[in-house]
Amino acid sequence: MSILGTRVLRTEDPGFLSRGAIYTEDVQDERLVGACYLHFVRSTVAHAKISGIDTSAAREAEGVIAVYTGSDLAAAGLAPAKPPMPNMNQAMLAPLLAIDVVRFVGEPVAVVVTEEMYQGEDAIELVDVDYDPLPAVVDMNDALSGAKGLLFPEAGTNVVCTFGDAAASNPDLFAGCEVVVSEIIQNRRVAAAPMESRSAAASWGEDGRLTAWIPNQGAQGTKGAIMGLLGLEPEKVRIITPDVGGAFGAKFGADAEHAITCWIAGDLARPTRWSETRMENLLVMPHGRAQQHKITIGGMKDGTVLAYRIEILQDSGAYPKFGAFLPSLTILMTPGPYRIPRAESWSTSVVTNTTPVGAYRGAGRPEAAAAIDRAMDLFADAAGVDPAEVRRKNLLPKFTEPHTTAFGAKYDSGDYVTALEKALDAADYPGLLAEQTRRRAAGDTLQLGIGLSSYVEITGPGGEAGGPNENGTVEVHPDGTATVLTGTSPHGQGHQTVWAMLVSEELGIPIEKITVKWGDTDLIPKGGGTGGSRSLQLGGAAVQQASRELLDVARERAAATLEAAPADLEYDVETSTFSVKGDPDVSVPLTSLAESERLFVRSVFTAPGPTFPFGTHVAVVEVDTDTGKVFFRRIITVDDAGTIMNPLLAEGQRHGGIAQGAAQAFLEEVVYDEDGNPLTATFADYPFLSATEVPSFELVDMETPTSYNPLGAKGIGEAGSIGATPAVQNAVIDAVSHLGVTHIDMPTSSQRVWRAIRAASSSAANGTKEA
Amino acid sequence: MEIKLTVNGVTRSDEVEPRLLLIHYLRESLNLRAANIGCDTTSCGACTVLLDGESVKSCTVLAVQANGRSVTTAEGLVADDGTMSVVQQAFRENHGLQCGFCTPGMVMASTSLLAENPHPSEQQVREGLEGNFCRCTGYHNIVRSVLAAAEKLSGAAPSAGSASTDASEVTA
Repeated sequence: MSILGTRVLRTEDPGFLSRGAIYTEDVQDERLVGACYLHFVRSTVAHAKISGIDTSAAREAEGVIAVYTGSDLAAAGLAPAKPPMPNMNQAMLAPLLAIDVVRFVGEPVAVVVTEEMYQGEDAIELVDVDYDPLPAVVDMNDALSGAKGLLFPEAGTNVVCTFGDAAASNPDLFAGCEVVVSEIIQNRRVAAAPMESRSAAASWGEDGRLTAWIPNQGAQGTKGAIMGLLGLEPEKVRIITPDVGGAFGAKFGADAEHAITCWIAGDLARPTRWSETRMENLLVMPHGRAQQHKITIGGMKDGTVLAYRIEILQDSGAYPKFGAFLPSLTILMTPGPYRIPRAESWSTSVVTNTTPVGAYRGAGRPEAAAAIDRAMDLFADAAGVDPAEVRRKNLLPKFTEPHTTAFGAKYDSGDYVTALEKALDAADYPGLLAEQTRRRAAGDTLQLGIGLSSYVEITGPGGEAGGPNENGTVEVHPDGTATVLTGTSPHGQGHQTVWAMLVSEELGIPIEKITVKWGDTDLIPKGGGTGGSRSLQLGGAAVQQASRELLDVARERAAATLEAAPADLEYDVETSTFSVKGDPDVSVPLTSLAESERLFVRSVFTAPGPTFPFGTHVAVVEVDTDTGKVFFRRIITVDDAGTIMNPLLAEGQRHGGIAQGAAQAFLEEVVYDEDGNPLTATFADYPFLSATEVPSFELVDMETPTSYNPLGAKGIGEAGSIGATPAVQNAVIDAVSHLGVTHIDMPTSSQRVWRAIRAASSSAANGTKEA
Repeated sequence: MEIKLTVNGVTRSDEVEPRLLLIHYLRESLNLRAANIGCDTTSCGACTVLLDGESVKSCTVLAVQANGRSVTTAEGLVADDGTMSVVQQAFRENHGLQCGFCTPGMVMASTSLLAENPHPSEQQVREGLEGNFCRCTGYHNIVRSVLAAAEKLSGAAPSAGSASTDASEVTA
């Protein structure tokens, strides 16, 4: 029986549960003996000129080995980082430590190195930084207008980059539409907040090479980032990835603090360690989302959508990172799973005096899904057609050959209507509507809301030379064990288990005897890491391919050993043995073919393109109309990611994604005051989702295999976070739509919901309808 | 200051700085690194250990406060032959962990919860773990793990006497 598709328990877990995983902070290595500790002095203001830094008291403090400022690093030849993509304004430079100007609260200004861990926390308090405040540009609309000044006067603008062409907008886009609705909606800034914050440990060997342990999503990408920030040659750098305590997109590459930890280890010729606090994490680790959308949708009164436009404003934070690029992915996914005859979108990314924005679970695609599915409900409401019916009417029909959208996305395969119907069935949609009608008629305080989202997303990008591809190496050892090397980089996804399953399926070696390795750039120089839900469909496919190619190599050796033609041999997976067809006694075990010569294959799997998982989420909430409080009651999801290798783990990915997506809709938000002071810089303030705020999730199975890889697999990591957000938001609005509410921005806090109800009832009382 | 305490059944005596947090004592001094530090406001519970059998967040306990007391960490739940506790096993069997960072704290909080209430309802499990954050699982399989452990520990299905409030009845 095939091991694939079965609920194999994770082989990672016994270690994780009994002694704990080994995160960067836990690494004990002889190269780190005698390590000193780094602590960063961080800006306490959002925008200011630095008029002076006095480090003298800190230098005298107990245990202090050194103090560095931005000018010290500049004097040592460390240059500021340029924005990561050529279309971004290249004058927006990010120094490793602030020089002359600070641009967000939390920006590192100086670093203190101490003998012991606690000494650094004392010493950073002694560094005296004089700030000469500048006006803070906090709202992205102010950044766009320039009304509050520029972050980089040398750039001449706050605009980082644009995507799409606003000038090419069709003035007649909505011609012929009976119903046109427009709304400005906020896709708020959220914190990735993996449970493990950022950290690093570094050591330079006598051979002049740097070894650095950094929690990341791909050691190879992190190596590239460290090389770039420090100006090092590739052969000088080795990155090792310990166990990683969650990442969610925010641990790709390397940040200034990682690079500085590495650099100081060299400068002091002594190993270094750095771990940030949660407050530092919430202040500095790139935030996610942070888009404003102006959406307009038009169509016919029967619910047929004819045209859609989305104008995107992206808050990139203080320094352009991946966040400035996110809208290009949003634009790519503009129409989602819908057949919209005319659609257009464009974006502008701006800098603000806030934490830089980067990738967060879904990265640009949840924003697209949130916009189109909010638009669909606005349209349904205006047209007076049931939201399910509007989706049914406008979803692309089932297709098995690739479908290319007007935005250049090539959807590999899709069956969106089936996903919708399965989700509605499982939710008992008619029953929910009846209960909603009953409560509305009775005027209950606790109203029921039902929200839908039909989504499609893009997964599986990256790799060598742009990809999509990934490498995998499989080696069989004479003792019956096997080793897998992969260019992907798990941080909770379970690659150790699933990659072993893939090898076991081909070779018959039990998964307990298979070791999976990743995240050491000396061992695995190339790899695209884990992100964009790419791992199984590229990295897993590479491991499967390497296993099959290994059998080809082994077959040749077996043929020589058995003095038979390769074609006359058969491989028995049960016993991991080659034998001559029709003569099973003439056989040789796979492992013995590794005795005289190493038996391994490195293979690169290249896909014809990214894949497009899809699904439908139905969320059910209750809203207390007196207080605006939202109670998240049910979520029913169909998430079709093609063929599932291990349902237990795939479900886990969906659960986590659903929780994060839902949390964004009704709970989580990073908030700054008008001066750019963060108001959500601790877990006491940031409303991180807890166990009492979510129900158990109702998952519905659906598997439409892709032809883009032999596994038939698409990405599952981000699906939950894409569908759940608009479903929950739509549910909250639906719960109070009979009171005249048409839109409530995320997160749907009690205050926002209560205000929306009040505004709707007062405008109803005045006999007017809000524009 | 000198402290004397029992950690995972072993009596210890150590000289510690008065301000040393229990979590740092466990991790740095004793090299018991299962418990993690996930925040600085006693919100996340990644550092949860048992102090005299009750769960505490060891980032908010000074090592000196553990003087004369007994501390149990996730490492201490494992039998000498390597067998994990029922709660630990239930987390594995129900895929109650992904990245693993919250896990040791979650296991300790669950152990404490089940000691106090051997037959919790789903809602009681959720409330009992409200102070332990997880970013990976959406709590779904953590709740399943704890309910499964409860069932296994009681040797039968949850007793009829236990409250059976389900999530849909929550009104925080």
